Amino acid sequence: MLLKYIFKRILVMIPTLFVTSVLIFTVINLPEGDYFETMVAEMQAQGEKADMSRVEFLKKEYGFDKPPAERYFWWVTGLLRGDMGYSFEYQLPVRDIVGDRLLLTMIVSFFTIIFTWIVAFPIGIYSATHQYSWGDYGLTFIGMLGLAIPHFLLALIFLYFANIWFGTSIGGLVDPQYLNQPMSWAKFRSVLEHLWIPVIIIGAGGTAGMIRKLRANLLDELQKQYYVTARAKGLPPGKALRKYPLRMALNFFISDIGDILPSIVSGAEIVAIVLSLQTTGPLLIRALQSQDMYLAGSFLMFLSFLTVIGVLISDIALALLDPRIRLQGTATK
Amino acid sequence: MNILEINDLRIGFTIHGFARDVVKGVDFRIPAGKTVALVGESGSGKSVISQAIMGLLPRAGAVTGGSILFRDPQTADAVIDIATLPAEGKEIRDLRGGRIGMIFQEPMSSLSPVHTIGNQIEEALQLHRPVPKQEARALIEAMLKRVGFKDPARAYDFYSFELSGGLRQRAMLAMALICQPALLIADEPTTALDVTIQAQVLDLMRDLQAEMGMAILLITHDLGVVANMADEVVVIYHGEIMESGPAEDIFRRPQHPYLKALLKASPHFDMQEGERLVALREARPRTPAAPKPAPASTPQGRGQRAPLLAVRHVSKTYTTHSSRFFGKGTTSTVTAVNDVSFDIERGECLGLVGESGCGKTTLSKLIMRALTPDSGEIRFDDGKDCLDILSLQGEDLRGFRPKLQMIFQDPVSSLSPRMTVMNILREPLVIHERGDGAEQKARVKALMDDVGLDQRFLSRYPHSFSGGQRQRIGIARALALDPELIICDEPVSALDVSVQAQILNLLKDLQAERGLTFLFISHNLAVVNYMADRIAVMANGRIVELAPRHTLFTAPVHPYTKALLKSVPFADLDRKLDFKLAAPGGASDTRHWPAGFKPDPDGEALAHLDLGAGHLVLAKPGADVRELA
Repeated sequence: MLLKYIFKRILVMIPTLFVTSVLIFTVINLPEGDYFETMVAEMQAQGEKADMSRVEFLKKEYGFDKPPAERYFWWVTGLLRGDMGYSFEYQLPVRDIVGDRLLLTMIVSFFTIIFTWIVAFPIGIYSATHQYSWGDYGLTFIGMLGLAIPHFLLALIFLYFANIWFGTSIGGLVDPQYLNQPMSWAKFRSVLEHLWIPVIIIGAGGTAGMIRKLRANLLDELQKQYYVTARAKGLPPGKALRKYPLRMALNFFISDIGDILPSIVSGAEIVAIVLSLQTTGPLLIRALQSQDMYLAGSFLMFLSFLTVIGVLISDIALALLDPRIRLQGTATK
Repeated sequence: MNILEINDLRIGFTIHGFARDVVKGVDFRIPAGKTVALVGESGSGKSVISQAIMGLLPRAGAVTGGSILFRDPQTADAVIDIATLPAEGKEIRDLRGGRIGMIFQEPMSSLSPVHTIGNQIEEALQLHRPVPKQEARALIEAMLKRVGFKDPARAYDFYSFELSGGLRQRAMLAMALICQPALLIADEPTTALDVTIQAQVLDLMRDLQAEMGMAILLITHDLGVVANMADEVVVIYHGEIMESGPAEDIFRRPQHPYLKALLKASPHFDMQEGERLVALREARPRTPAAPKPAPASTPQGRGQRAPLLAVRHVSKTYTTHSSRFFGKGTTSTVTAVNDVSFDIERGECLGLVGESGCGKTTLSKLIMRALTPDSGEIRFDDGKDCLDILSLQGEDLRGFRPKLQMIFQDPVSSLSPRMTVMNILREPLVIHERGDGAEQKARVKALMDDVGLDQRFLSRYPHSFSGGQRQRIGIARALALDPELIICDEPVSALDVSVQAQILNLLKDLQAERGLTFLFISHNLAVVNYMADRIAVMANGRIVELAPRHTLFTAPVHPYTKALLKSVPFADLDRKLDFKLAAPGGASDTRHWPAGFKPDPDGEALAHLDLGAGHLVLAKPGADVRELA
């Protein structure tokens, strides 16, 4: 039964991804020119002379003289074979460039999400159960600060104080001395030492948002009659809260999984640039700026794929958790 | 012995810094094993008292004085003052659910939708009487069987949304009574249920009381329920007790003017022709509304006798695609409206009665052209043109809309909270381009007078009005375009008895003054009896009986009509309900109907038999209905 459902859902994913790929390809091709023209323009601006015959050769080599539809076809069929194309800027296959950074990105994002959950959950529950108390106001205020201060500013402040107080080196995820070394215990410790800054900064906004969402959802549920029923049975308040309203408020949390997966991979771009993290975020931005189309396009496609998978996972999880979705028929008129 | 004694109880609420007493020195008692009814309108403080007994007052509220003495019959010497117990302490939690059980008005929202019925009942059991898992399951299944689940082993694993309203309330009862409490608080336990289901649930409560010997505190606004259930009655108004005593005294010798007025304000079956309800508080006097402008041209060549609305053989089926989430989808069709035909004459009020799910709302939507029927014909004849409603398209349909307006059940959600009363009432005029700005404003002011509202209210928003006032706004909106026909879909079922009387009187007056035609939909037979000239009774999507009001109430023929009439509780001690008459599956369960009325898949189709004087009943052709009746 479940397998059949998943199979059906995967079938639906195909047209979704197709439309996404067309959109991505179109948008990337929208600006005037292509990677080579941008490169030539940049070189001329710097007073260098571009080898036009080589540019013409490259264009031909990569099929830029062909109509867009044909290029799209080659790109997509390549993707299907797992070939994400070739980055002009790095002169490397896209897979090699992205692969290196993916691990670091995932480490940062994973800890960020854990941090967000650990902080947001208790605070959200506290704020909802102690609505309009000083604690609620205070925590809301701090959360709002996290939401309102731009991340890059927060990043600069953190870098400064981390350097002054703890002597952490500026930027990057490891001390420069470990940069090109294989992973070792010392390098790992260095990573952990640097990790908390991006985790807190990237997590700050998300945490505040999640606190607000959890608080609002839980406040709604606390008004519900079934919570009164639970207390009328004589359940202690904490237990009643966990079993009923919190369980119901979890639904939004699970549907968030769909958003979380791509954010694990894309990372927070701006913060990553400020902190000069070797994650995938800055890579994507650079690729978009220089119209390095296979790098940008394939990476965006990868993100869309993760989004669709994330939504699928959250749908299945919701159905397993909530009998109303599992058992209730959908009435059509 | 008294289980509960409430002495000079005062409860205050602090909202936005303002302290306000909502219960002002209340005294009453609940004797062991007896039923005490606490009667009052919304806002009278009756629910707040029940919350105080459970120690479940909202955070803004607190007991400011007096005592709530609970004397458990099991430990008869110990008296606990609930008012002094800490709000979330162990003592009060042991009482809650253990010694005092509670059920609520909305059985759907009172049960968690993501836990099974059995899980929720077991939780109550394990909290107060811990037993091994196996034994618990047996106890719970026995209890589920006792409250009327046919297959308790399966019911254990049901979720609340898989049950009907009546079964949900039974599950709530099982949960409240699983620990055998000394006191059951029932807060409007049957208000959300149909009359026949109400009779069953009330019956069950009485049986369980006789078996388990608990006392019941029944909170309700329905004097009919009180007369059938209560040993003692406490009448509360604005947080003060108006009158209390044994049910005999209260009903036979009411002393306090409030109670007398309350008895007079509720419509009942013994009203004389032309007798008016006496509203508890008379609404502000209003001048009679101007009669509807006469049609510009008098009809020629056609008799005036054509009915205003003629519905012929209308059917509507819904297709429910009940795909279990991980399973194969099964498509089932539900015939919501099945071959319905009737006429509405000009200037009359046709009542449409039926229980929830019988198709009456679908029917009103079909007439409104909010839904399109699968087959059938609806003709509308306002004396000028004869329109086939179902074939109208585009501009013609738009031109037809003003002739038919609607008054809705819920006065809160049917008015936009972001529009002033002026904008709400003017909107129909603007949409249909009636007059210029000044004329529209003048019309809106006249409408306010017509429904008895102050013109100064025009710049206010709906939230600043009471339920009755909001319903008046809804009525004014329906009147704005001078419709030929107004469909009233349960217009008073969300209102208190006293306000209900005001609104019903207003509708009656407007009908007389302006010559309006109503299709009046309600599940409340007494209300329909008060309003309607003819009444159609609907069950399972079909009109089973249609008769002039008097005939229907004095000589009903169809078993469904009879069951409905027998299930309505009277506010009269001499005419108590015979609870055992209620059919197990509700009155609309065709299996309990005599053979002459049963739809038969193989046999002849049912048809409407004419009993004379406009009395139609749905039965097998050729069946001797008189004999069956």
